[in-house]
Order: sequence, then C-alpha cells, then structure tokens
Amino acid sequence: MNNHFVIPGGYKKWTTGLMIVGVVTLLAAIIFLHPLAGNKGDNVLGTRFWAVLLQNSMYWLMLVNTAMFFMCITTVAMGGWQVAFRRITEAISSVVPVMAVIMLIVILSIVFGHRYDIYPWLDRNAVAADKVLRGKSGFLNPTFYTGASIVTLGLWWFIGKKIRQFSLESDQHGPMDFETGKRWINKNVAWGAFFIVVYGLSVGSTMPWLWLMSIDAHWFSTMYSWYTFASTFVSGIALITIFVIYFKNKGELEYVTHEHLHDLGKFIFAFSIFWAYLWFSQYMLIWYSNQPEETKYFIDRIGTARHVGAYKGLFFFNLIVNFVCPILLLMKKGPKRNYTFMTFMCVMIIFGHWIDFYQMVMPGTVKNHPHMSWYEFGIPVGFVGLIMWSVARYLSKVPLLQKNHPFLKESIIHHT
Amino acid sequence: MEVWRGFNMIKKFVVGCFDDEKVLFPAIKNVRRAGYKIHDVYTPFPMHGLDHAIGIRETSLHTAGFIFGITGTATALTGMGWIFTKDWPLNIGGKPHFPLPAFIPITFELTVLFASLGMVWTFCYLCQMMPGVKKHHFHPRATDDLFVLVIECSAKTNESEVAEFLQRNGAMEVNVQEAETGWWFGRYDKEQKLYRYEEVGY
Repeated sequence: MNNHFVIPGGYKKWTTGLMIVGVVTLLAAIIFLHPLAGNKGDNVLGTRFWAVLLQNSMYWLMLVNTAMFFMCITTVAMGGWQVAFRRITEAISSVVPVMAVIMLIVILSIVFGHRYDIYPWLDRNAVAADKVLRGKSGFLNPTFYTGASIVTLGLWWFIGKKIRQFSLESDQHGPMDFETGKRWINKNVAWGAFFIVVYGLSVGSTMPWLWLMSIDAHWFSTMYSWYTFASTFVSGIALITIFVIYFKNKGELEYVTHEHLHDLGKFIFAFSIFWAYLWFSQYMLIWYSNQPEETKYFIDRIGTARHVGAYKGLFFFNLIVNFVCPILLLMKKGPKRNYTFMTFMCVMIIFGHWIDFYQMVMPGTVKNHPHMSWYEFGIPVGFVGLIMWSVARYLSKVPLLQKNHPFLKESIIHHT
Repeated sequence: MEVWRGFNMIKKFVVGCFDDEKVLFPAIKNVRRAGYKIHDVYTPFPMHGLDHAIGIRETSLHTAGFIFGITGTATALTGMGWIFTKDWPLNIGGKPHFPLPAFIPITFELTVLFASLGMVWTFCYLCQMMPGVKKHHFHPRATDDLFVLVIECSAKTNESEVAEFLQRNGAMEVNVQEAETGWWFGRYDKEQKLYRYEEVGY
C-alpha cells in the first residue's frame, strides 16, 4: 500500500474536463443569460442564471460540509468504526473553504445586486408596502443576511480546519499511550461538540431559513431546516460512500471491508426514511389545515385541481427517487454490502437530492418557466469536478490511513 | 436411542462446560471439524460471532418481519379505504373520501404494529420459547459464568468418545444427559453446515 495516494492520469483528465465544462457553461451563461441586466421587465434568463448558481453552490457546499458533521458525530459518540476511512471524510470536508468562497460570491452578488427576483425581501418598496415582509424585516435584511452567512461559513471553515489539524498532528508521532490517547480523543470530542452546536444552529435552524426559505418570503415552515438538513446529510453520506468505494477499488484503504460499507448503507437507508418523514410532516400538516398562506408553497409546485403546476412531475419524482427507491432497494443486507450496487444507489441519491434542491429554489424564482437544459446540468458538472479534484489533491498530500488513531483497531475488527 | 413421547423425543446429549471464550471458540471449530452435531451453545451473555462459529444458517426473521409489515400496510389501507368510501363515507372538512396523506400515519402505525408483534411471535416460535414451555437446562451455571457446549448424539454416537474429545479440547466439566427436545409445535432443527477448511473463522 502506498502511503500517499498517487492521482491516476485518467482521474486528473476527467476532473479537469468536468471543471472546464463547468467554467465554459458559466461563461456561456454570462454571455447568453444576461445576468447583469437587472430585474426590470421579464428577465427570466437573468433570474435563472442566479437561481441555478444559488441552488448549486448551496447544495454542494452543504454536501461537503456534511463530511465534517459526520466525523464530529461519530467522534462525539466514540464511534471507532469510521477510523479506517476517516481521511476520506477529512478530505471531503477540506473542500468546504473553496465552496464557501464560491457560495459567498454568489449570495453577496445576489444581495448587493438587489436581485429581488431571487429574494423578494430585497425590494425596499415592496417591503414597505407589505405587512408580512415588514414584520420579518428585522431578520430578512441584507446586513443580517450577510453577517450571519459570513459568521457561519467562517466557523465551518475554522473548526473544520482545527479538527483536520488534530488528525494530521497525530501522524507526526508514534502510537499514543493510554493517557495521550485519552487527551487526544477528549480534544477531538470538545471541538467536535462545538462543531455540532454550530452546525445545529446553522444547518439545523437558521441558515436554510435565510438562504432558501426566504425565496418564498411570505411562506414559513418550522420543518424546513430539518428537511434541508436531512436532505444534505443523506446525500453527504452517499458522497463519502462513493469516495470510499473509489479508493477501495484503487487498492487503497486496506482496512475497509464490506462491514464498513454495510454501516454506511445503513446510514443512507435510515436517513432516506428520515428525509421522507420530514417531507411528509411538512406536507401533511399544510395539506390538512389548508391555510392559504401555507398551501401557496405547494400550489406553486404541484398546482391545483384545475391548473397543473409546472413542477408537479419533478415534485413526485423527488419522492420516488429519494424515498421509495432507497427503502425498497436498500432494505436487504446483500445490496448494502455490494460495491457496484451501492455506487449506483449513491449516485442516484446525490442526483435525487440535487433535484430536491432544484424544486426548493426554482418555483419561487423562475416561477412558471422551469428550465432543465445545458445550464442547469453544466454548472453541477463543474462542481462535481471541483470536489473530485480537491479531494484527490488533499489525499495525495497526506497518508490515507490515520495510523495512530486510538480507535484504529476497533475499526479494523469492525463487524456489523 | 431415540424414544418418542408424543411429538417430542428423548435424546442423548454430551454437555461440555468451558470457562473461557478463548478456549470455547477453537473447541467449537474442532467439534465441527470432527463432524459432531452441535445442539446449541448456551452463554451467559450474547457473544459476537458465535452464530457464525456454530455454523447455523442465517435467520429468516427479517423476511418474516417484512411480510408481517406489508400485511399491516395492506390491512390499514384496505380497511380505511373500505370504511370511508363504501361503508360509511363522511365529509370531513371537505377532504376527499380517500385522503391518502391523512391515512399515512395510521398505515405506518399498523405496519409497525404488525411487524413488531409478528416478529416477536416468530422469534418465540423459532427459539421454541413461550411462557409455560418447559426447557431442559443443561447446566445451571449457563446463565452465570459458564459457556455450555451441547452436542447431540445419534444412535451410532459413542458418548464416552465425544466426552473425551471435549475434555481434550479444554472442557472443564463434561457429562452425558438425556433430555426432551422440541415442543408442542414440532421442532426447529438448526441446519448445520459442515466445517470447511477454507472457511474464515474465529
């Protein structure tokens, strides 16, 4: 086993190609979609430009940030089984700063470019005339939005860097004795707990309200942040699984067996059901009470009995691909231990939750003009390329095994 | 040596007691390699990998659970569907007569209820346990601090040879007992795979 991962030439070519596709799409979009033409008149193309960027930067950022969250919860719960592939999750979480910068550029352009076609609360005249928006203006205003975003992204970057550092420092010395190991684990647990609190307060509550729910500024749902969290958590685990399988196929990660894959599969299975539970909790209560200001969100997507909504197909496709397929296909033990099948399921789940984010962002922004063509697919391709490139680059610099982790043996003999 | 009494029969068993799991696992391996039939291993606590070491087949409890679960789903949906559309249609807040979202929580509850109760009963049947059913205790210390390995004898088995074999493999106490197997529903004989040398074991 090589101590450092050597990036294969094909991998380099592919990731560079994917990133080039993304950049070319972005340049073409800047030329053809008139993103800077303002929101005067019916500039749907400009709205589309920013909406797609918002959807993708948000989705892929949260996806890579999930890797850090996964590491922290397993650390705080004293879970040893993940140590064999812990470097992979670290590598994925190391993409957070890059994604955070992209995300910050996108949202700051939207807020300071006064794109009130994306966020209606940016329009001062509309807010002054609207009682509901006026009531929310202490929360939904550019200053608070920008401040909260910068603080959140900064904390994600800072704590993540700190935890990755502990891991790299442990490689410097030999195996730890009992006391050193205990102190090292306690340090990790303390910072991990700090990250979980930050993550809970950002992804678990406030940030999805600001970043996504405020697109439909009148509407509100207390389930929304949990729903977003579940969506990103399950797809984040799927991303970890794909990378674990890739590196296992390359002959690295000698201690990862199908027992670890089985546990990752259980996570995907369980959190697909959890996502569906939150989806249903949000839908059912609004459907049941039938209040106009709440049902608007679903009418924008599904439509009414007389008028079919533009997103109806996508809305139910979302439910099938993210709930029905995982629950039926991942229920048995065999599929969860099968590398090929798990790869297929993970790709499907990442795509499915990307669709989920699409139907969260689009109905409130581009309204009845949904597009699903070169621009919508080109941008995520670029993001995928960027993630793949950064993860491999990180792993080519550090050893693939955290050889001095006190729980390493527990991970090696792990048995579900 | 097999005596029938109703549905059950009296069989002979060679019982070996071990006080260390590090001795128990190689002993189990050797017993299977020698071709003796393991009746069961009684341990004071659940032991990881023991079922794999004994070579019993994978349990079918989860398949039963799935079947019980979908039975619950079907019962809830058809039951509520029939009541609210055919038997006693009611107008509840202008909702349709078959309001699927409103039925989902109850469907979920019945699925869980059927699956859990069904699995408990299936588990009791597979393990031949039930309140009131008498089971033979091979050793009183099996629930305390001893690992008790029980080997089932057939008519051709030479008990003293088996007992000697167990003693050689580290059993601290060996005896031969006659016991009744099975219960009123008949028997769940554990299928035992023969030991293969290439098997990755414990």
